[in-house]
Amino acid sequence: MSAPLQRSEGVWQAAWRRFRGDRLGMVCGAVVLAFVLLIVLSALGLVAGGWQRERGVPNAPPGFVGPRAAEGAAAVAVPRGPNADLSEVDPLAPRYAEWDARAAAFRSVEVDKLQTLPLGADKLGRDVLAKAVKGTEISVFVGVMAALVATLIGTLLGAVAGFFGGRSGDLLEWLYNVFTSIPGILLIFAFAAVFGRGIGTVVLILGLTGWTGIYRLVRAEFIKHAVRDYVRAAQAIGASAASRMFRHILPNVSHVILVQLSILTVGFIKAEVILSYLGLGVPVDQVSWGTMLAEAQSELLLGHWWQLAAATLFMAVFVTAFSLLTDALRDALDPKLRGAE
Amino acid sequence: MSPKLLSIQDLRVAFRMGRGTGRVQAVRGIGFDIDEHSSVALVGESGSGKSVTAMSIVNLLPDNAERSGRILYGGRDLLQAGAAEMRALRGREIACVFQDPMSSLNPVLPVGLQLCEPLRTHLKMSPRQARERAEALLAEVGMPEPRRRLDAYAHELSGGQQQRVMIAMALACEPRLLIADEPTTALDVTIQRQILELLATLKARHRMSLLFISHDLGVVGEIADRVVVMRHGELREQGAVAQIFEAPRDAYTRALLACRPNLAGPPPARLRVIDEPMTGDAAAPAQRAARDPDAPVVLEVRALAKSFWLRQGLFGKREFRALRGVSFALRRGHTLGVVGESGSGKTTLGLTLLRLLEPSAGEVRLDGLDLRETRALALRRRLQIVFQNPYASLNPRFSVGQTLVEPMAIHGIGATQAEREQRARELLAKVGLDDSAFGKYPHEFSGGQRQRVAIARCLTLQPEVLVLDEAVSALDVSVQAQVLNLLRDLQDELGLAYVFISHDLGVVRFISDEVLVMKDGAVVEQAGAEAILAAPTQDYTRRLLAAVPRGYVAPVTP
Repeated sequence: MSAPLQRSEGVWQAAWRRFRGDRLGMVCGAVVLAFVLLIVLSALGLVAGGWQRERGVPNAPPGFVGPRAAEGAAAVAVPRGPNADLSEVDPLAPRYAEWDARAAAFRSVEVDKLQTLPLGADKLGRDVLAKAVKGTEISVFVGVMAALVATLIGTLLGAVAGFFGGRSGDLLEWLYNVFTSIPGILLIFAFAAVFGRGIGTVVLILGLTGWTGIYRLVRAEFIKHAVRDYVRAAQAIGASAASRMFRHILPNVSHVILVQLSILTVGFIKAEVILSYLGLGVPVDQVSWGTMLAEAQSELLLGHWWQLAAATLFMAVFVTAFSLLTDALRDALDPKLRGAE
Repeated sequence: MSPKLLSIQDLRVAFRMGRGTGRVQAVRGIGFDIDEHSSVALVGESGSGKSVTAMSIVNLLPDNAERSGRILYGGRDLLQAGAAEMRALRGREIACVFQDPMSSLNPVLPVGLQLCEPLRTHLKMSPRQARERAEALLAEVGMPEPRRRLDAYAHELSGGQQQRVMIAMALACEPRLLIADEPTTALDVTIQRQILELLATLKARHRMSLLFISHDLGVVGEIADRVVVMRHGELREQGAVAQIFEAPRDAYTRALLACRPNLAGPPPARLRVIDEPMTGDAAAPAQRAARDPDAPVVLEVRALAKSFWLRQGLFGKREFRALRGVSFALRRGHTLGVVGESGSGKTTLGLTLLRLLEPSAGEVRLDGLDLRETRALALRRRLQIVFQNPYASLNPRFSVGQTLVEPMAIHGIGATQAEREQRARELLAKVGLDDSAFGKYPHEFSGGQRQRVAIARCLTLQPEVLVLDEAVSALDVSVQAQVLNLLRDLQDELGLAYVFISHDLGVVRFISDEVLVMKDGAVVEQAGAEAILAAPTQDYTRRLLAAVPRGYVAPVTP
């Protein structure tokens, strides 16, 4: 007898059903998905691959502003009259012909520098739009990876501290207290000094300094759940401590972790911007929203606002959409809010 | 006939659900009257709408409730009354007492201050007057040393004392109607007895009316003049208490009366369940088969003790002895009932037996083997536990199938996954759930069904002894009867031995062969179930027995 098994809606399906009903959440989800698509395309080199090429004149304004007015021609008067013949006294004169011949072997193409670009150009004439797209890839990658590292550390330590308590719990509490008692920016500087510069370093720095909040929450949840009847029942049927921690309790606190993960991602994207701005972030041959903002500081003095605007716009849209998505996720996943349906 | 104080006519309450236009009908057109100086009891199982009915009188319902009908009080319709009008009425003329006194009292304010508050807002008393009146009120509800208690905090009082404070608070402005929503459900039977007597005295002294809400017909029979029986938001029957108990007209009322195990008469072999007796008394309950008194001893406990260390001061520790030398022997197929008030160490006993708590001293022998020697995993298979709260004891993220297969996978019962699933389905059938339950999640089941799943989970490991820690206490009486019948059937079929922990003497009497009475962690009395009820030798046991509500007892006519 193998009657077709009737499977009920699981917790995740139910969460998805609730999430679908949240219109704002769905819109934000679409925005975030669009960004993810952009990141994938840029990582594959299909978009913004040549962000380092000089495509426009230095500091070319955005297209909708229009080309900069030509510089005043009367800056220095061009001398009139015939050029003075210096060949008599020029020691290099005999070799000019030879050099000209050798130069003719090479072909030099004068690139037609654009007067305007869609979102303008930076001081090297690089396309700001391409930079912003490429910067999205780096910034979001750093944010997500750092959040994953922090969540992993925080969840593991929090689970151990909350589930076992006792001496191991005390030890981890001390570690937590030491970490939180050091000013965050000082800790970041210390790690940066040790690890050197690079994307991997930024991920590690943020992950190693940012796990404390999630540790505290996960520890509290584990303390609460460890004495629940269903965990006791699992113990009574002989489930091991690891099975109880990660098979039984973890799925029941996963909504807390997931929401913390997305909050951390938003925070770390902003932290990366600050780090890069301070010169501790991504290397100079790469671009992120943070390096763009750092460059914008000097450009702004000259009235070239577009790089600042582009980076801010990208970041604001992504971070806002991601935060609202997080909110919607929490509503969909948190069983406590289910009564509000 | 005394004049009507409150009249409810065709009351309907619906709750708006979600964003759409969905409605859940909680109360579907009920009507009854409360006379002056009388007590009316609303009886029903969970979900019957009894609390919603009472709370709609004082409009203490959540925002998504929609009420219609009429609630007439003193010539006014309370459904039309404005917020200010209701505030003036609440506490002043209609006061409420709720189920859980601990969560009804503010833990950071002394009770005296909380008691003075209504006196000062409603009666405009000066602080000194209010304090004197508060003291008088505490004295009136039988609080020892009322002056000292005024400065006590909620956690310094026992559950019964907290409920007394709540009643004192309700009485503060001498209301004409007191609504008591399950006021004794969270309390021990002996305390319940005291509170019931207090309510009866106060009602007579202050000449007020009482609306008493309860799921327990036994309690209701002792306090009410009239009884209103509700089910699924509908009114099933109402009448004088004598008529309800002696000549119930409605089949549901009859069933409610029949399915509760009681202390009178010989214990039946099976309890009747709600849907059965409605068809009549065809199957007369037969006497249960006698247990084999010479069955082998399966579980033997000797001088089991458990201490907890409480911190005291900065470095000090104080020993709290939760179990003090408990010994008993349990034979195969027998049931040992463990009774006692809260804090008597019943639950600690259950947890210590399974080594979910490490015992401090003493030994537990299963089939003659000391459990300290055998490996823990092997032990856990043969001793299993069912917890009180079926809503908390199943992992909400596991489907029923996963829940049942997990223990078999841990212990290597069944060779393949398919074999285990097959066995899980057989067990589901055995505990009376159909095959569709396999893929469902716990939140889709009612409390009784969840408890069946929890029992099935224990059975997957083919245990010899089942510890049932208040396993039916959280269930409605009708469901309780079904689960008790199931437990009895399983015992007969599989030869299981039960350690049945409960505060409910009626239930313990129904299921147990032997009874252990516990107090402060020690065994006070131990004897056969019938013997202990018929002739208790200890004062404590006698007090427990006397406190059990017995329902309506017709007054002896001189």
